Amino acid sequence: MQTVVDQLSSKIRDAAKGGQPLAIQGGDSKAFYGRRLSERVKTLHVAGYQGIVDYEPTELVITARAGTPLKEIESLLHQNGQMLAFEPPYFADTATLGGCIAAGLSGPRRASAGAARDFVLGVRMLDGIGQDLHFGGQVMKNVAGYDVSRLMVGAMGTLGVLLEVSLKVLPLPVGERTLSLEMDEARAITFMNRCAARPLPISATCYVDNQLFIRLSGAESAVQVAYTQIGGEDYIDSYSFWKSVREQTHDFFQPETSLWRLSINSTTLPLKFPFLPGKQLIEWNGALRWLACCGDDSKTAADSIRQAANMAGGHATLFRGNQSDQIFQPLGTALLSIHQRLKQKFDPAGIFNPGRLYPEL
Amino acid sequence: MLSKDLINKLHDFLPAEAVLHETEDLRPYECDGLSAYRQTPMIVVLPQTESQIIQVLQLCDATKTPVVARGAGTGLSGGALPHAEGILMSLAKLNRILTIDPFARTARVQPGVRNLAISDAAKPFGLYYAPDPSSQIACSIGGNVAENSGGVHCLKYGLTVHNILKLRVLTIAGEILEIGGDGLDSAGFDLLALMTGSEGMLGIVTEITVKLNPIPEKAQLVMAAFDNIEKAGNAVANVIAAGIIPAGMEMMDKITIHAVEAFLHAGYDMNAQAILLCESDGTSEEVADEITRINAIMKASGATNISTSRNEAERLSFWAGRKAAFPAAGRVSPDYYCMDGTIPRKHLAQVLSGIEALSEEYGLRCMNVFHAGDGNLHPLILYDANTPGELEKTEEFGAKILEMCIHAGGTITGEHGVGMEKINQMCTQFKSNELEIFHGVKAAFDPQGLLNPGKAVPTLHRCAELGAMHVHRGAEKFPDLPRF
Repeated sequence: MQTVVDQLSSKIRDAAKGGQPLAIQGGDSKAFYGRRLSERVKTLHVAGYQGIVDYEPTELVITARAGTPLKEIESLLHQNGQMLAFEPPYFADTATLGGCIAAGLSGPRRASAGAARDFVLGVRMLDGIGQDLHFGGQVMKNVAGYDVSRLMVGAMGTLGVLLEVSLKVLPLPVGERTLSLEMDEARAITFMNRCAARPLPISATCYVDNQLFIRLSGAESAVQVAYTQIGGEDYIDSYSFWKSVREQTHDFFQPETSLWRLSINSTTLPLKFPFLPGKQLIEWNGALRWLACCGDDSKTAADSIRQAANMAGGHATLFRGNQSDQIFQPLGTALLSIHQRLKQKFDPAGIFNPGRLYPEL
Repeated sequence: MLSKDLINKLHDFLPAEAVLHETEDLRPYECDGLSAYRQTPMIVVLPQTESQIIQVLQLCDATKTPVVARGAGTGLSGGALPHAEGILMSLAKLNRILTIDPFARTARVQPGVRNLAISDAAKPFGLYYAPDPSSQIACSIGGNVAENSGGVHCLKYGLTVHNILKLRVLTIAGEILEIGGDGLDSAGFDLLALMTGSEGMLGIVTEITVKLNPIPEKAQLVMAAFDNIEKAGNAVANVIAAGIIPAGMEMMDKITIHAVEAFLHAGYDMNAQAILLCESDGTSEEVADEITRINAIMKASGATNISTSRNEAERLSFWAGRKAAFPAAGRVSPDYYCMDGTIPRKHLAQVLSGIEALSEEYGLRCMNVFHAGDGNLHPLILYDANTPGELEKTEEFGAKILEMCIHAGGTITGEHGVGMEKINQMCTQFKSNELEIFHGVKAAFDPQGLLNPGKAVPTLHRCAELGAMHVHRGAEKFPDLPRF
């Protein structure tokens, strides 16, 4: 496998010398996400570097090569009664660990268990001049050096090529059931936040089509007690429902012009966009609002969405839509220049996924 | 710039009592919790507002004056050790809890707020701030961010990095950065993670928004004694293998048990080679369920003696011994040297027997306390600084322990930080090109290298001297603070 690393490293060095921008590609499952790369890019295929490097269930840590299919990792974990607690979305069967971490996306369990970045313990990576670097490690507590491993999460490959990732894993819950309650949006937002302030074993929430879905996970007895406390209908098809939310195969996500992701203060009252026909789905106790718009993809519409997210203490991402636009919430001048200097350090020739995150990076 | 010129300029925007420069006023600031390292700063400033901090930073930036931020000064790695030609900036006066939002389950606080004060303020709402470093009655939340502090409960509830949402940060140029947000993630690179644990090297934090969790309904503790340390290690693995994430899981070896028992009479089993404390928290049903399972696992793992706390008072008394391990070390030895390595748990027995061999080789006793759930080991090397050469031997012994941690796939510091203390071991843990990246990260925030210079990341030609947490005859700074 070291020869694969050497080959990648030499390709990177050549590209850096020749100023050849590279599009880092793993399982190609999330090509829809982020800004479109220029026509000049050459694809750097990284899915070949795969395999589990180390996994001992009692250590609660798995280390795998970045090209390892996510489904292989999750199936191994499940066989051992464990899981990736951030419940990563795949978007295609081919999804790899590296892509999962580079995109930094998390699924329904995020509000209770944590995000992808929360579970990353260490990375091995190649920087923009092909150097093989290790940061973090395979242990839970590690404060030696800056937390470069977590910096890679959500950087969309702009800072380096991930080679290996070590993740903390958690046991699968013994009991799990979903209940549904009918209520209006404002009440659902209040309800979710009130529940989150109580010691209840809630592992996911979703509000769609006037229904609030709450997933309970944990000891059977605790799930049973919480179920009687919260009330509502027992929702039988729990597994497929949450999968459809995570993978965006739920009816709500069926083709619209554009899909916005607003990550905001969970207590924000229902967001209204009177001039923008569309519908919303809420997750993470109200902290994540999906807005599917039909028709208007003008800059004015985008600006009003970003402004609303900003007012609510958060940011908006054009999750699916026109990839030549700004996708991520623009950064202020001071923050942007720090981003640029970090990019310059990790990738001095600017060859990794240029513009995928921001035009300036 | 000359000290008196700087003082004059500082007086332009700071009241006289907020600028200290007389030797006797500077002395209390010459060290943090690692009292073996001392350095008198040129000037100490005690700003009270963000705008005063901005002006201090702009002055430092313009005059190329180093500036070291200090919270409560309880750090154990010399991270707040002053710079001889620099300004030490105490953030202790920024000590207000700005808002508590029980509905959103967040608190917005200033950096000088004590860790425990946040939980106290949130308590009426049934909420608390989860990370609980042992010094939590005194340490400040700003310092917790700088060190990415953990605590006994961090296997289940995470470190500081998992429990903060937003930071307001000042760059050395005095620019204001909002990092993170009120949502669960933010746009761009994860600078929130980068700032956490950055030991005051990247910016000055002036406001922190932390997450608050609901207070668990119940907590209960199982104490199990083992006649063999390997069995105790296996018991920890068996608990995890059973799908249980304990709220806390702590181990003590025989020499610690004896030292603690002599000190506190906690009722520990004196015949045990190791004692495990395993805590469960959650709803009453979850706890009842977990405690039954933990008991069965301890038994099956060969525990010679198992007790379960019957009430809150008993739970706290079981904990008391563990929490008294550091002061107990101070009682049985004139000096001790505290290490902070983390290892993959499976190598525990091997590392402990390695430590035992080193202990014989150096003729120095070593107590071992272990955050068993997350692999964080605190060997306490017992020695006497008045015996010529013993401190040097101790330091060598300590360095070998850290190297052993690295070789076992672990790290030189789990939670105390690198600071000044472990700067040399950074050269063992990281290659020069990795250290170069760290320097680049710092330069991205602080191009002139004025914030806490010389700490946390060694220069490439440095990798030399070694230091230690040196506690002489109980003369530890803040001897009353629990350390465990």
